[in-house]
Amino acid sequence: MSTLAVHDHGVLQHGEGHEHHHKATFLNTYVFSQDHKMIAKQFLITGITMAFIAMTLSILFRIQLAYPDKSFPLLETLLGRFAPGGRLSPDFYMSLVTIHGTIMVFFVLTAGLSGTFANLLIPLQIGARDMASPLVNMLSYWFFLTASIIMLSAFFVEKGPASGGWTIYPPLSAMPKAMPGSGMGMTLWLISMVCFIASSLMGGINYVSTVLNMRTKGMDLWKMPLTVWALFLTAILGVLAFPVLVAGVVLLIFDRSFGTSFYLSDIVLNGQVQPYEGGSPILFQHLFWFLGHPEVYIVIMPAMGISSEVMSVNSRKPIFGYHAMVYSLIGITVLSFIVWGHHMFVTGMNPFLGGVFMITTLIIAVPSAVKTFNWLATLWRGNIRFTPAMLFAIGMVSFFISGGLTGIFLGNAALDINLHDTYFVVAHFHLVMGSAAIFGMLAGVYHWFPKMFRRMMDERLGYLHFWITFIGAYLVFFPMHFMGLDGVPRRYYALTEFPAFNRWLTVNVFITWAAIMSGFAQVAFLINFVYSIFWGKKTVQNPWNANTLEWDAPIEHVHGNWIGEIPTVYRWPYDYSKPGHEEDFIPQTVPFSQTMSSNLPHDFEDNPAGLAEYNKWVVLNKANEEVK
Amino acid sequence: MAFKKLINSKKILSLFAVFLLSGTNLLMAQSTDVAASGNSKAGHSSDWFSVGYYLLLFFFAILCVATLGKILKVYDLSVKMQGKKGINWNNIMALLCAVFLVVGLYGAYWSLTVQGSMTLPVSASEHGVAIDNMFTVTSILTLIVFVLTQILLFGFAFIYRASDKRKAYFLPHNNTIEKVWTVIPAVVLTILVVFGFFTWQKVMDISSKKGDINIDVTGHQFAWELRYPGTDGKLGKVDYKLVTGLNKLGVDYSDRNSFDDLQADTLVLPVNKTIRLNIHAQDVIHSVYLPQFRVQMNAVPGLPTFFKFVPTITTADMRIKTDNPKFEYTLYCNKICGGSHYNMQKVVRVVSEEEYQEWIAKQKPYLSDQLKADLKIAEIKPSVSGQISSNKLALNN
Repeated sequence: MSTLAVHDHGVLQHGEGHEHHHKATFLNTYVFSQDHKMIAKQFLITGITMAFIAMTLSILFRIQLAYPDKSFPLLETLLGRFAPGGRLSPDFYMSLVTIHGTIMVFFVLTAGLSGTFANLLIPLQIGARDMASPLVNMLSYWFFLTASIIMLSAFFVEKGPASGGWTIYPPLSAMPKAMPGSGMGMTLWLISMVCFIASSLMGGINYVSTVLNMRTKGMDLWKMPLTVWALFLTAILGVLAFPVLVAGVVLLIFDRSFGTSFYLSDIVLNGQVQPYEGGSPILFQHLFWFLGHPEVYIVIMPAMGISSEVMSVNSRKPIFGYHAMVYSLIGITVLSFIVWGHHMFVTGMNPFLGGVFMITTLIIAVPSAVKTFNWLATLWRGNIRFTPAMLFAIGMVSFFISGGLTGIFLGNAALDINLHDTYFVVAHFHLVMGSAAIFGMLAGVYHWFPKMFRRMMDERLGYLHFWITFIGAYLVFFPMHFMGLDGVPRRYYALTEFPAFNRWLTVNVFITWAAIMSGFAQVAFLINFVYSIFWGKKTVQNPWNANTLEWDAPIEHVHGNWIGEIPTVYRWPYDYSKPGHEEDFIPQTVPFSQTMSSNLPHDFEDNPAGLAEYNKWVVLNKANEEVK
Repeated sequence: MAFKKLINSKKILSLFAVFLLSGTNLLMAQSTDVAASGNSKAGHSSDWFSVGYYLLLFFFAILCVATLGKILKVYDLSVKMQGKKGINWNNIMALLCAVFLVVGLYGAYWSLTVQGSMTLPVSASEHGVAIDNMFTVTSILTLIVFVLTQILLFGFAFIYRASDKRKAYFLPHNNTIEKVWTVIPAVVLTILVVFGFFTWQKVMDISSKKGDINIDVTGHQFAWELRYPGTDGKLGKVDYKLVTGLNKLGVDYSDRNSFDDLQADTLVLPVNKTIRLNIHAQDVIHSVYLPQFRVQMNAVPGLPTFFKFVPTITTADMRIKTDNPKFEYTLYCNKICGGSHYNMQKVVRVVSEEEYQEWIAKQKPYLSDQLKADLKIAEIKPSVSGQISSNKLALNN
């Protein structure tokens, strides 16, 4: 009740003061905006830019892998000393791999995905005027942008960007002499990550408090769409896990710059005995993966939420097992904190601990399986509309299955002995969290584009984009499983030094061309995205005939989302194709009293007055029919 | 409206043309710049040419796609003008899903059989057999799930494509079926966990494997050093503080066991004997990876690790088995360790007991004459290490 009072107050203020107090200038509308819808767009566009950069990096190192002996003079022209003689230098190759991973995991799939959709959807779908703290929300974006710029600036320092892999295990990352990228590049990486985590925390705290405190009248937790549930739990995960990485990173900064030995011990570098003593490199791995593993769920859960919503809307069917979907998300959230050790089976961690982590890891497969089956059941007997968003959601499920199943191999400590750090792992996580999450994100972009930009994207270009990307991603990652099963390690600059790996060279060429093909398919997306922002077809109020609250808000963006009172919510968001109702959707704002013919006893589970009304209506209706 | 659109698209076309022209100008300018900047770089203008060629191809492809799109649109409109229904993209997408399912499953089958046969040969170690069995069981179970779920996913997508005549079936939940598909994966996973847990315990169990040969494997950027025990069968202690140019591993010669230690270039192992690899790293983390033996363990500076295993197939036998006369077992680094990470390997040879004895008799002692000379000085001057530690104290304070 108290929150409602606050809302009303807010309405009043906005209603009166909008025109007089703060004039909308270019600067406060598009740059330093505190409006969650604009911040969402800022996150999205920054995220897409970072995604294109990271994708280009991956194409560069894929070219090296496919043609290790060939020289491309153009590369020297473009990259200078990083590609002497037209071939990438091994150190720069490592930098590319490192920065590709970092950007994709953190800047695209954490900030780009959560940042965009939590900002856009949480206030709109729960019926709030804005985030709990718009200022902190704005800061969250600006910290993110700062982090992005610092991360990319590492390409302009003398020795190149960080190159110890995105996991930056010390001592490699701790000693500037261990490799060129561990100098200034690593310092920038660490500063960038601290900014990034600050951004992520500010965002996360905002999302959690908004969901908990600012829901509109009638919107109890069990009436929230799965997108909001997923984004809410993701934010909780981020708030609890990211600080641990800050701790790890700060200790690493101490080791690098202030002569401490948190992670270092017994080191002889280039024949020189180093003065470090008493630290443990394993400690960093524990700290890193305590974030790192929840991080992969931070990446995939919003994609799950978006796919659930998109699949339900476009199958014209309620999401199957809404409660089970929520409970499995909660299960994943909780379990994800106790599985980090499966990244460390062969690092010298106590084998008994390995056994324990194996058990918890395989338990987390159960909620994941439940989610998958529920998605399949949602499609079953649906009336499926193939919008590009729907195709991307289906693609997300397909990737999640393919990549998730190989997780059962890797989560098994005994099998991990031989699969650890091979291409099998690369294939696994690129499918299950890379491709699946990016497909979830693209599904979201196609689905909520009209909400963000008030125009529609071109469907046919979307189809083209989907099919090339979908097929391309499978062509890239499927063969990698078998490379891994042959013991081909990841992060190898070239396979030429091993005669046994020569036979994989043709496969590498194939993968590279598949990657280039999917890379070019993104141009279809870019053209579609940019064109539609300015010249796309204007959207109607509710283009997908969806139930959720955001489609009730006016098309023209207003500060405060709704003109006048925020609508009240009466029902869950998945009343699609309810028998007895003419249309195949009933928005959340429609009270049961207006849909007597389609109500079910189940709708009144904790509403005795409503149930009494319903029973009365049933009796009356029966009597009426008998009269007829 | 249509007219307005035409103008719009013309505007875009001209914008695009301007962009292209200026882009080409820029490229040209750069290439002449490069050519002018020095004779050695004169060849570089041709790179731009080839890139320009590919770019042109790409733009051509975009043009084709755009033209095709327009043709389809015109066709669609003309059909609609005749009063018929236009292209039903929904059905086309549903059909594509079905086609993808069939072609994709065939592709997966092809990949599994062709590329699947390029994977590692049979395990050359005792515990590896258990791991391989575990792998087979997991593969069969996951493949069944993979095929079934993908068929259901794309099958449903195809079968239940939208139709105006039908309404979707309102099915919010079904507790029975949800319980079933929670319990079944739980049971299957429990089986896998139990099976995996015992396999893991067996692999890692050190007490059951007795009579081992201790071999020290030390990783540093970017090579592996091997140290075999001498006739006493015991390796001497090492201390990183004792590392010098001659004593690369920092072997501690106050320990008498170290006097007869041997150094080697190849990791030669006697078949059917328990081997204990003592794994060290000097600078950064490395990883000892012997995929043919299903052995992997990280080498961590400051944290000695080990792996015990029993090689069961000699190199000669494996050459026959794999039908490859050049086959060699290899040990290589599998944890990112720097620029030359991709080339940090050692040949591993599994031989019969007699061959092993013959080979080990020929190995040079680690304690070379030069080192002996060096050592005498080191013995009188223990202050060297003392100095280092005092330095460190100063640093830490």
